[in-house]
Amino acid sequence: MPADGRSDFRDGARAVAPFLLGVAPFGLVVGVTAVNVGVTPLQAVGMSLLLFTGAAQLALIELVGRGAPFAVAAATALVVNLRYLMYSASLAPYFRRFSLPTKWLGAYGMTDHAYALSVVEFRETAPDERSRAWYYFGAATPVWVVWMSTTVAGALLGKTVPSELSLEFAVPLMFMALLFPAVEDRPTATAAVVAGGTAVVAAVLPFNLGLVTAATLGIAAGVATEVRAGSFPKDDREGRTSDDATGGEATESRAGPRESGTGDSAGGGDQ
Amino acid sequence: MTEYDAVTLWLLILVAGVGTFAIKLSFVQLFGWLDEVSPVVAGVLRFVPAAVLAALVVDSVVTLSASPSLHLAFDPAELLAASVAAVVAWRTESVPLTLAVGMVVLWSVTALA
Repeated sequence: MPADGRSDFRDGARAVAPFLLGVAPFGLVVGVTAVNVGVTPLQAVGMSLLLFTGAAQLALIELVGRGAPFAVAAATALVVNLRYLMYSASLAPYFRRFSLPTKWLGAYGMTDHAYALSVVEFRETAPDERSRAWYYFGAATPVWVVWMSTTVAGALLGKTVPSELSLEFAVPLMFMALLFPAVEDRPTATAAVVAGGTAVVAAVLPFNLGLVTAATLGIAAGVATEVRAGSFPKDDREGRTSDDATGGEATESRAGPRESGTGDSAGGGDQ
Repeated sequence: MTEYDAVTLWLLILVAGVGTFAIKLSFVQLFGWLDEVSPVVAGVLRFVPAAVLAALVVDSVVTLSASPSLHLAFDPAELLAASVAAVVAWRTESVPLTLAVGMVVLWSVTALA
């Protein structure tokens, strides 16, 4: 373990700090709304501990509150989390030299923030100048600490928050703030509009199947838009690279994962 | 209020938790066996956040209701607050600001009505 691992951890933590302002109210709302739909404070905290993923927890709380069937609630939460497949694939080359426990812990702590910060950092640095594990956990740990503590606080406050405050309305607001960054171009906008439109109508479906149905149709509409335009499948990562880098740098950044693989001394040294 | 009993709810949390962990771990664990998401899968997955979040937003603000007759069910104060918050979210992409503006509009409209 290199002596400078601590500074990599600190840099990761510093990079994630501004995002914590968004994580804290999110965690509070998750705690408060969970308790208000009848989930016990212990279960609310257990949910944060076991799922550790904001949007899916809110979706789960919403469906549990409405008394949706078990399978529908579980499936909806997992559909909301499908984006992590992308993160996992994109981080995998950088994680390849990690020990098994580190890989598992890294996967558990994966968040939008830790992922986005790490991938950008890893593309720009070599493994021997920036420890992959230390930087990643530096970014992931503060999110976990803030998420857990604000969920606990929210779950304890829960019942004391007067219902006139309609705090449950914070849930759609939260989703809304996350929605707009997710709309990147015309096809993703189509996916959002179709999913939203379908959600209104699909609400009459039995077993609370409306959400999953609407999301599926939205995804299908987005894909259909691209297929018709002849641009499917769009490689997201390539697109992003060429957006913010010149051609030469883009080539270099694609080589990044391979470097981290061959840089055994540094990559393996992290463990 | 939930109709779930404690054991069922814990089981649901466990299933969703294990499933989420499996999704997060997937490629990290299988690297070497499975190096890349196929372009087609990646092309489909890229629509997940936009579609899922839009469905979640709309579903909690406006829904079609079949009883007593087919009609749109919504709370006017919530619809107004959501619309204002949507503009804020679109312009700022900030979670705290969207949250604050949306809640203040909702409280103001409710207090005035």
